Amino acid sequence: MNIPVTGPALLPLGVLFGFIFGWLLQRARLTDTNVIIAQLRLRDYTLFKVMLTAIIVGGIGVFFLHSDGLAAYHIKPANLLAVAAGAMLFGIGMAIYGYCPGTGLAAIGTGSWHALAGAIGMVAGAVAFAFSFDWIKAVVLPIAAAGPVRLPELTGIPDLAWFGGLFVIGVLALRAVTHRRGTGLE
Amino acid sequence: MATAETARIAADQRTGVDWTPYLTGAGIGVLSWAAFAIADDPLGITTALSAIGGFAVMPFAGAETVWHNSYWAQNLPSLSYGSLFLLGVMLGAFAAAMSARQFRFETIPAVWRRRFGPSPALRFTAAFIGGAIEMYGARLAGGCASGHGISGTLQLALSSWVFTIMMFTTAILFGRFLFGGSESRP
Repeated sequence: MNIPVTGPALLPLGVLFGFIFGWLLQRARLTDTNVIIAQLRLRDYTLFKVMLTAIIVGGIGVFFLHSDGLAAYHIKPANLLAVAAGAMLFGIGMAIYGYCPGTGLAAIGTGSWHALAGAIGMVAGAVAFAFSFDWIKAVVLPIAAAGPVRLPELTGIPDLAWFGGLFVIGVLALRAVTHRRGTGLE
Repeated sequence: MATAETARIAADQRTGVDWTPYLTGAGIGVLSWAAFAIADDPLGITTALSAIGGFAVMPFAGAETVWHNSYWAQNLPSLSYGSLFLLGVMLGAFAAAMSARQFRFETIPAVWRRRFGPSPALRFTAAFIGGAIEMYGARLAGGCASGHGISGTLQLALSSWVFTIMMFTTAILFGRFLFGGSESRP
C-alpha cells in the first residue's frame, strides 16, 4: 500500500480514524456539554488540557514527519477579517450549543438528543453559507488576506521553540488556575 | 477496559493529577500524525459536514442548484474519507460510551436546566440556532475547533492561532453572559 493512501482504500481509514477520534473525545468527557460549558466559565480546564496536549504532541510529530518529507502541511489562508468574524460567530454559537462540531457529533453517539438538534442546525448553517458564498468570496475574503502564513516564517522563531514555549506557558497557566481544586462542574 | 480504568484511577491517586485529559490529548496528537502521514488529510469536521449540507438541500433546491453552487462545486457532496470520518466519530463515541457504561439519553444538560429550565423545546431550538451560527462561523473562517483549533494550530498556522484565540475569547465572554461566571461559584 502506498503512503499517503489514496482512492477507495482511504474510505475505511476515514471510519477508523474517526472512530479513534470519537472514542478519545468521549473518554476525555468532552461529549458532555457540562464539561464544555464549565471550560467556558473557567471552572474546569479539561478542554484546554486536551487541546494543548494534542497541539504539542501532534505538532512536534508532524514537524518531524514534514522535515523528513513524510507529511505535507495543509495551511489555511489567513483571510484575517473572515477568520476573525468567523471565530466570533463560532464562539457565540459554541456557547449556545454547548459543543464544538466534533464533540457535538460525538455526543450524538453517546445519546445526546440536543446534540442532534444542534447538528441539524449545523447543516442548516452550512447551507446558508453555501448560498452566501459568492458574496463572501467577493467582499469578505479579500480583506486583510495574508495568505497561508506560518508563525515560524512570519517571526523567525523556529518551530520547536514555539512548542517549547507553549509547553512552559501551558504548565504555568494550568498550575495558576487549578490550585483552586475540585472539578467545578456544579 | 475495567483494568485500564482501575490503573488510571490508581495513577491519579498516586500523583494527585487526573491524567485523562493529557492522555486523550496525546492520543489525538498521535492520531494527527497518522492523519497527516497516512491519509494526507488533517483532522477536521466542518468541511465534510458542509458537503452533507449539499445532500440535505438537494430534495428542496434540486441537484442542479447544488452542483452549480460555487461553494459546493469546490467541495462536492460525496461518499468520501471526510464524510466517513464523521460517521466514525459517532461510532467511536458510541462504542466508548457503551464500554464505559456511560451511554444515556440526554434531552437537557444539567448546566442548561439550572439556568433556563426544563423545556426541551427551548433547549432544542437553542441548540439548532447555536449549531447554525457556529457552522456559519466555521465555514467563514475555514475551519472549526478541530480543523483550526487542533490541526491548524499544530502546524503553527497564523490563521488557526487567530481563530482559536478569538474563538475562545468570544465563547468565554458569551458563555459568561449566558451562564454566569466563576465568581458565582459556591
